[in-house]
Amino acid sequence: MGQAQHAEAVIEIRDLNTRFGPAIVHENVSLAVDRSEIFALVGASGCGKSTLLREIILLQRPVSGSIRVFGEEVLGLSEERALPLRRRWGVMFERGALFSSLTVSENVGVPLREHTDLSDRLIDELAAVKVALAGLPADAGPKYPSELSGGMRKRAALARALALDPELLFLDEPTAGLDPLSASGIDELVRSLRETLGLTIMMVTHDLDLLWRTADRVAVLGEGRILGMGTMEQLSASDHPMIREYFHGPRGRAAREQQWNQK
Amino acid sequence: MRANIELTQVDGAYLHTGAKSGEVCCVGEWTLPAMARLEQHLNAFPWPDVGEITLNATAVRAMDTSGAWLLHRAIRTLEARGRSARLQGLQPEFEALLAIIAARGVSGSQARGMDNHNLLAQIGRRAWNSTGNALGIIAFLGESSLYLVRSLIHPGRIRWRPVLRNLQIAGFEAMPITGLLSFLLGIVIAYQGAEQLQRYGANIFVADLVGLSMLRELSPLLTAIIVAGRSGSAYAAQIGTMKMTEEIDALRTIGVVPMELLVLPKVLALVIALPLLTVYTDIMGVLGGMIMARAQLGVAFGAFLDRFDDAISLSSYLIGIGKAPVFAVIIALVGCYQGFQVSGSADSVGSQTTASVVQSIFIVIVADALFSVVFSWLDI
Repeated sequence: MGQAQHAEAVIEIRDLNTRFGPAIVHENVSLAVDRSEIFALVGASGCGKSTLLREIILLQRPVSGSIRVFGEEVLGLSEERALPLRRRWGVMFERGALFSSLTVSENVGVPLREHTDLSDRLIDELAAVKVALAGLPADAGPKYPSELSGGMRKRAALARALALDPELLFLDEPTAGLDPLSASGIDELVRSLRETLGLTIMMVTHDLDLLWRTADRVAVLGEGRILGMGTMEQLSASDHPMIREYFHGPRGRAAREQQWNQK
Repeated sequence: MRANIELTQVDGAYLHTGAKSGEVCCVGEWTLPAMARLEQHLNAFPWPDVGEITLNATAVRAMDTSGAWLLHRAIRTLEARGRSARLQGLQPEFEALLAIIAARGVSGSQARGMDNHNLLAQIGRRAWNSTGNALGIIAFLGESSLYLVRSLIHPGRIRWRPVLRNLQIAGFEAMPITGLLSFLLGIVIAYQGAEQLQRYGANIFVADLVGLSMLRELSPLLTAIIVAGRSGSAYAAQIGTMKMTEEIDALRTIGVVPMELLVLPKVLALVIALPLLTVYTDIMGVLGGMIMARAQLGVAFGAFLDRFDDAISLSSYLIGIGKAPVFAVIIALVGCYQGFQVSGSADSVGSQTTASVVQSIFIVIVADALFSVVFSWLDI
């Protein structure tokens, strides 16, 4: 694969190897995420999806390989050099990771206060905009994370991830632990974010509904490798046993039927 | 389409008055890096004095949510002043963004918690909280006594494994630090006393001085304070974190009483460990005094011990050790109680841990003072 082929690639991973002691997590994993694409990583629990995500966002180091984000190699990047990159992406953690001693709007304001010289009034207003964008009611702003339900906490985490208007958004299990209504709210939110803000979104998820409704391309991770990559239609036509098992289990079928009914 | 966040690459966003009457042109990259200046610019902008203002946004090259918000706010401000504002020429994707911001109906200024109470209200709140705290500790004491009595009636229910573990952590592993500190304290007392005693030729009374002060007062107090700092705080932090991660609730649902698993073993372990530690610090403190007495006053070890035997009654020794279990109960209960008071945030773990150390040391010293009063009444 030449560079020119992926001129528009926002994330480009090549020959990535990760090991935890003797356990091989990733073996020669390569993938590319294009601009304004919703890219999903799926796979059984413990197959290294979240590890891959953590490696891209510089929280963990692989053994070897290359990860380029916005065309810049992130492995071995100094903290100083990593900062401009970090500002261009937003991360929503699986369990929210909201700062428990700050209110929701203060949480959203943290990146703004840290990285911009906006007035306090504007920061508060922008935080309110992000809180609303993430689908939270306005009265959630002054609340502390411990006073929110799980779904609201997720939305608050998303609001914080959106604080700096990132170009690239990482979502770790955006719908896990949500009721179906909130989960489908997240589906719409993810799609509208891409359409209105032109975001590139990379997510790790188990939620087949979310995959059918939002993902442009999906990579199935298993046995340390990428077992298949493509649109949901392509993957569900795949005859790889593990992929079939994943997409054609009872839940997979239900999600696909629902998708067809909607169409 | 979207701007880089690097400040240098952005040539800013601004407004200027257009050619037609009432026309204002929006120009540039309306993205986050330009917002601080754009906000000031908007506040100071001389809006044309006509009823209907046309905002020509053809020249907006980039826009993100912050830019859309400021544009939205500017339009709303104009409308609030009784002018109408018409937006034209905005690129469709920015139009959509603006529509989303407008549709979400953000009021902008949200009420941010009521921070400004007056002084009287603050005093009242403080007093109320302290009363609640005191009552809480008493209730906690009652509850744990109940469980203690229950498990003494059925000794089979005592969980010995955590008791032993706590004994090791709070007792055995505290030996080096408590031993060292009481040894040093013994040295200091002997040293300070030496000069006074020497003046009257009463060198041998250094044994009385070191023995009485260490055994009766200092050694139990010192040990209790160190253990409060070491173990009381650990209890508060451990239980507090468990409460935050809902582990306490999980224990309850499994049918384990948190009191039995988390509190009683700690209380029992400290009640056993603290008297033992006190005996040990007694020995180390007297040893320190003895060494100093020989170095400074020329009192030989043999002479010191002979005098020690005469001067220090058994009751002095027992009084010191007798206080230790009381201190142990105070430290363990305050630590555990503060742990259970943790709510929600990580800050709360910190503040309750601090409170556990401060309160347990405070109550230990008050209790020590009460002991002195009672003992002087009883003439022991």
